[in-house]
Amino acid sequence: MAPALAADDGPLLCPPSTWFCGKYITNRGADIKLALQEHISLALGGVALGLVLSFGLALLARRSQVLRNVILGGSTLLYTIPSLALLAILVPLIGLSKSQYAVLFGIAIYSLVVLVRAFVTGLAGVPDEVTEAARGMGFGTVRMLLRVELPLALPTIMAGLRVATVSGIALVTLGVVVDHGGLGNLLDEATTHGYKFEALTASVLCVVLAVVADVVLLLMQKLITPWRRGRAAR
Amino acid sequence: MSLFSEIGSWLSDGTNWHGAAGIPHRLAIHLEYSAISVAIACAIALPVGLWLGHVGKGGAVAINISNVGRAIPTYALLVLLFVGIGAQHRVAETIVALAAFGLPPLLTNTYTGVREVDPEVREAARGMGMSGGQVLRRVEIPLAMPLILDGLRIAVVQVVATMTVAALIGVEGLGRFVVDGFTNSDPGQYGGGAVVVGVLALALEGIFVLLQRVVDPVARSRRDRRRVGTATSEIRAAETS
Repeated sequence: MAPALAADDGPLLCPPSTWFCGKYITNRGADIKLALQEHISLALGGVALGLVLSFGLALLARRSQVLRNVILGGSTLLYTIPSLALLAILVPLIGLSKSQYAVLFGIAIYSLVVLVRAFVTGLAGVPDEVTEAARGMGFGTVRMLLRVELPLALPTIMAGLRVATVSGIALVTLGVVVDHGGLGNLLDEATTHGYKFEALTASVLCVVLAVVADVVLLLMQKLITPWRRGRAAR
Repeated sequence: MSLFSEIGSWLSDGTNWHGAAGIPHRLAIHLEYSAISVAIACAIALPVGLWLGHVGKGGAVAINISNVGRAIPTYALLVLLFVGIGAQHRVAETIVALAAFGLPPLLTNTYTGVREVDPEVREAARGMGMSGGQVLRRVEIPLAMPLILDGLRIAVVQVVATMTVAALIGVEGLGRFVVDGFTNSDPGQYGGGAVVVGVLALALEGIFVLLQRVVDPVARSRRDRRRVGTATSEIRAAETS
């Protein structure tokens, strides 16, 4: 994981009131790259952790209606807690020296609300005829899950993953309160010094990152679900 | 000292409950700015959503606006407004940013609520000689009410949560406890602030659940399905794009 970006009060590169500064991008390129790396690793790490947790929780939720309500309700409840407050609770629990993991866990916890539902609705949407046919062919529980149910639930799971990833990328910025906000660290510096160019560069990079992640996931989905190709979007 | 006892002693410290930097005063400011922002968001989203739903146009815009909103970090929008307009107007900047983030759920839900009215019901109202405006007022709005209220709930909870982030550009409110607490490395302060903010968000959510129950008691089961469906509808929207 990329280290925290050191607070940089470096020389003024352009007048603070300019929205674009080429010198800022070339001279501070290393810092921007570091912030970007931290941003990507925290967002992807958090969503990946959320994905694993959600899969487990969704399997649990299938066992009974009560478990299902508890898990879906619980993830909604956690999502209601404002992100800064969640971070403020996670940081001391995990330890201030490892606060980047608090950011990562925060993103994972927020992703649950979408990802658990994506798994639950995706798996519930597999037609009974299909699972019965597979059972008739001698598929056991595990093989059924991996070879039949998960592939058929993939479009829904991937849709949830896209929503969670885009939200997660935006959320990383708030890690700034513990100096692990990725591009949020640059936004903090921009606030302190009133650098318009730094605020705009960091904001644009956040949005570009989100859009790129969304498109990559969409292409990945097209690639791993070839049987849906050519079928019009519902 | 453990985290919980630090939070406990911070919360029970009388000095945190008095003065301009006390919990009651900051709570009042927090709620005031949030209320103004939600009012602005409603003033824009409700007429636009009702009209788009009534004429049945612009659905893609009404639905996709939340996808665009999701990609823009709240903090980034706040900082852009802050450096662009200036520190002296930070309260106005915060209200604009909060209203912008409260708008999408209101617009999407209002549009969907009106759009989802059964076409046969709409035609029957027309057949009874109702004008377009009458259909909207007497048929579409009442039937869309549960979804509109749900949009309001999402907007309020989101705006109140986002209001804490405004502390990062130095705006007063409950977020100051969290932000200042981290700056002072005071777990009691940021933990205690987090508890206050969390309780506020959950309380508002609870108030809305009760409100929706009072306004629309018959459709409880239907609404519960819808409430659970908020995240699901986002997934569906992503699935079709």
